Amino acid sequence: MPERSADALVADALSGNRRALSRLLSRVEDGGQPACDVLAQLYRHTGSAHWIGITGAPGTGKSSLVAALARAYRAQGERVAILAVDPSSPYTGGAILGDRIRMADLSGDPGIFIRSMATRGALGGLADTTRDLARVFDACGFGIVLIETVGAGQNEVAVAQVAHTVVVVEAPGLGDDVQAIKAGILETADILVVNKSDLPGAANTVRALRTTIDTGHPALKTSWRHHGQLLTAEETPAPAHAPDEPAWVPMIVQTVATAHEGIDALTGHIHAHQSFLKNSQSHGTIERARIHTELLDKLRDRLLDRLLNALPASALDDAIDRVANREADPMTAVTTLIEQSSRTAAPPRPESVL
Amino acid sequence: MAAQRTIRVLIAKPGLDGHDRGAKVIARALRDAGMEVVYTGLRQTPEMIAEAALQEDVDVVGLSILSGAHLALVPRIRAVLDDTGLADVPLIIGGIIPEEDREPLGAMGIKGIFGPGTSTDDIVAFIRNLSGENHA
Repeated sequence: MPERSADALVADALSGNRRALSRLLSRVEDGGQPACDVLAQLYRHTGSAHWIGITGAPGTGKSSLVAALARAYRAQGERVAILAVDPSSPYTGGAILGDRIRMADLSGDPGIFIRSMATRGALGGLADTTRDLARVFDACGFGIVLIETVGAGQNEVAVAQVAHTVVVVEAPGLGDDVQAIKAGILETADILVVNKSDLPGAANTVRALRTTIDTGHPALKTSWRHHGQLLTAEETPAPAHAPDEPAWVPMIVQTVATAHEGIDALTGHIHAHQSFLKNSQSHGTIERARIHTELLDKLRDRLLDRLLNALPASALDDAIDRVANREADPMTAVTTLIEQSSRTAAPPRPESVL
Repeated sequence: MAAQRTIRVLIAKPGLDGHDRGAKVIARALRDAGMEVVYTGLRQTPEMIAEAALQEDVDVVGLSILSGAHLALVPRIRAVLDDTGLADVPLIIGGIIPEEDREPLGAMGIKGIFGPGTSTDDIVAFIRNLSGENHA
C-alpha cells in the first residue's frame, strides 16, 4: 500500500476513520521526520483529553483494571483509548504484546480503541513515543486515554511525566511495609488501588499503604516530577504546588477489577483529581514542568542522533576498542567523540569565517 | 533519528479449540526474530480478529486452528477483514491442515499454510517477505 501524505492521513483520522487513525499511530511510533510532520499538524487539536496512567507490578491486575475502567467510562458516554505497553526484548527488539487478552470483552465497541505498543528500548515503563501516541488519540476526540505501563518494579516512573493522573495498582501479599516506604513508584501515585481485594491480606496492604501516605506527606508531592531523571540542580523545576495551597493527598481504593467492584469509586477519585488539577493555582506550573521535561528528553535524543551522524564511520568502534583495551576511560573516550563530531559537523569554510 | 519499521504480526486463535501451545511457540519465534507480536488469546470471533488487526495496524494476520474448522472459519475471517478495509492485510494459517484442503484455502485468500514440523525459520522468512512486498 502506498504511503499516504501526512495531510490526507491526519484529515482522515481527525474525521473518525479508524484505519487512518491506526496508520497514524504507526507513523508516530516509527519516528523520524514522518512522525514530526503529522505531530506538528495534530498538536493544536490536543489538550482536551484526560490521560490516566495505570502502573504497578506484574500480576496486580493492571489490564483487568484498565478493561473495567474503560467500561465504566463508556457507561458515562466517554470515548476511550487504551495504550497498553509491554516490554521489548533487549536482545532481539521483538516483543509479545498480550494485554488484549484481558480486554477481550471490550471488543465490538466503536467507542473504544485499544493499541498495544512495545517499549522499543526505553526503560521507564513506557515507550519513548507513548506520550505522542496519547496525543494522537487526544487530537482524534478520545476524552479518556488509559495508559497501561509495563509490569513495573520500583523505579519505572516515566508514566508520572506523561499521565495527568497516576493510578498505582497493588495487590495483597506482594510485600511488607518496608516495600511500601521505599522511594520510587509509590511516590508517583495520585491514587492507590488495592486490586484483588477479595483475597486474604487486603486489609494489611491497605494499612501499610495508609501508613506510607500518613508519614510521607506533603513533602512527597514536591519532587515527583524528577524521578527517573537525573536532573542537575539548575534543571530542577520549581515545586509542583504553591506553598500556601493544600497538596493532593493520594487516596486508597479497594477494587476487584474482574467483578467490577470498586470501579465507580475509582472513577470518582480520578474525577476528583482531575478537578483538583484544573482548580489548582499551580496548574500552569505543573504543565510547564511537564513540557520542560519533554523538551529536554527530545533535545537529548535529537542531539545524540545528530552527534552520531556527524561522527566519522569507525569513530564509535575505535572508542569502544580503546575503552575495552584500557587505553582510555569511558569519560575521556566520550570527550574525544564529541570533539571528533564537532570537527566533522562544522567544516571550516573560508567564506563563513568572514 | 532514522525512521525504522518493525514488523507487527497478529497471532489469533479463532474458533473453539483450546490448544494454544502452537500459537505461543510461533509468537515466541517471531519475537525472537525481532517482530512485535500481538497475541489475543483463545476463542476469537472473526469480528474480534478484524478489530484487533485494524487497531494494531499489523502487517500480517496469523491464524492457529487445530479444530478442523478451518474451511468454515477462514472465508468468514477473510470476508470480515475485507469489510473492515483490511483487504491488503495477508492471512497465513498454521495447525492441522489436511493436504487436500491446501488448494481450497489458497483460493480463499490464504497466503501461507504451515503444518506440524514446519521450521519456525521458514515462517519468519515467509512473513518478512510478505510484509516487504506490502511495504515496498
